[in-house]
Amino acid sequence: MQTPVLSPSRYSTVAITLHWLLALMIVCSFSLGLYMSDLPFSPTRLKLFNWHKWAGITILTLSTLRLLWRLTHRPPADLSMPAWQRLAAHGAHWALYALFFAVPLMGWAYSSAAGFPVVVFGVLPLPDFVAPDRAVAEILKERHGQLAWALAVVVVVHVAAALKHHFIDRDGLLLRMRPGRG
Amino acid sequence: MSSRALLTLTLLAALAGAFVPPALAQPKPAQLQAAGSEIVFITKQMGVPVEGKFTKFTAQIALDPKKPETGTVAFTIDTGSARFGSAEIDAEVPKATWLNVAKFPRATFASSSIKAVGAGKFEVAGKLSIKGSVHDVVVPVQVTQTGAASTASGAFSIKRLEFKVGEAEWADTSMVANDIQIRFKLALSGLAPL
Repeated sequence: MQTPVLSPSRYSTVAITLHWLLALMIVCSFSLGLYMSDLPFSPTRLKLFNWHKWAGITILTLSTLRLLWRLTHRPPADLSMPAWQRLAAHGAHWALYALFFAVPLMGWAYSSAAGFPVVVFGVLPLPDFVAPDRAVAEILKERHGQLAWALAVVVVVHVAAALKHHFIDRDGLLLRMRPGRG
Repeated sequence: MSSRALLTLTLLAALAGAFVPPALAQPKPAQLQAAGSEIVFITKQMGVPVEGKFTKFTAQIALDPKKPETGTVAFTIDTGSARFGSAEIDAEVPKATWLNVAKFPRATFASSSIKAVGAGKFEVAGKLSIKGSVHDVVVPVQVTQTGAASTASGAFSIKRLEFKVGEAEWADTSMVANDIQIRFKLALSGLAPL
């Protein structure tokens, strides 16, 4: 007789590492983006813009690996909760994944349209899939900002929900994503 | 002086004028066509190539491609006409630390010698003046012709710090490279055949 395959109680080590690494990078990149956009033209501003772009491309790359990992590995089963919450949680996860790609891609497109190709870490030039065009650059800049704010909102909802589960429902949800050994 | 003597002198002067050695004669000037002409420059900031162009420039080109050594080429560029992909840089570059357009509204080039180096290929040596600094440059030029229309194109690089372009905090070449690539394409009419 076969034993049924049990869902794991925790995310895999790779998933946990990518989750926290990307969480840190996204928070830093978002804060940097907010701070640098109001700086006057200066070497510091140029430097921070480049760092922001490098971070964005790194986030894009790691998110690709993360998506591939997520699609090929089974996450822990849902905890018991009302159906609408389950739906909202999964919806938020999909929205997060979509934005992990949309925000950096829009930033990359904006950079190209503004006549600044992205050169990762100053050595790896990325192709421009949008030609330099001022009007297009203005639109893409706005979209990049809107998507980044949308990501921030979903992240806040995601964090609030996780904390609510852990500290109000006391269902141990955070343990599934806690770094270290289960 | 009698009127006769004056007439003789006038005739002599006219004759002398007619016998100027051909090598010293100025070739017929060619006309620069704004449409189809461009002067583009590429700077690198933290490894990122950033392209700009000058939208206003004039040229005086007197060149017989068969006798290039008799020719002269002169350029005048409106430094205030530098345009980039973003308005932010357009606003920055005219400032005193960069091109200082208020004080130096024009950059110029004047050839000192032109020589042929191959089929339709020339080397134009001359003085480039930007922001009050003058330096010698040698510009390779390739000329192609279709009918009456000629195109002269080429590329060369200059060191921005030699011309004090990007001073003070911007003098750091790890932020903005010292080398600036200049690429040009000039549409000309009235240039003698190659």
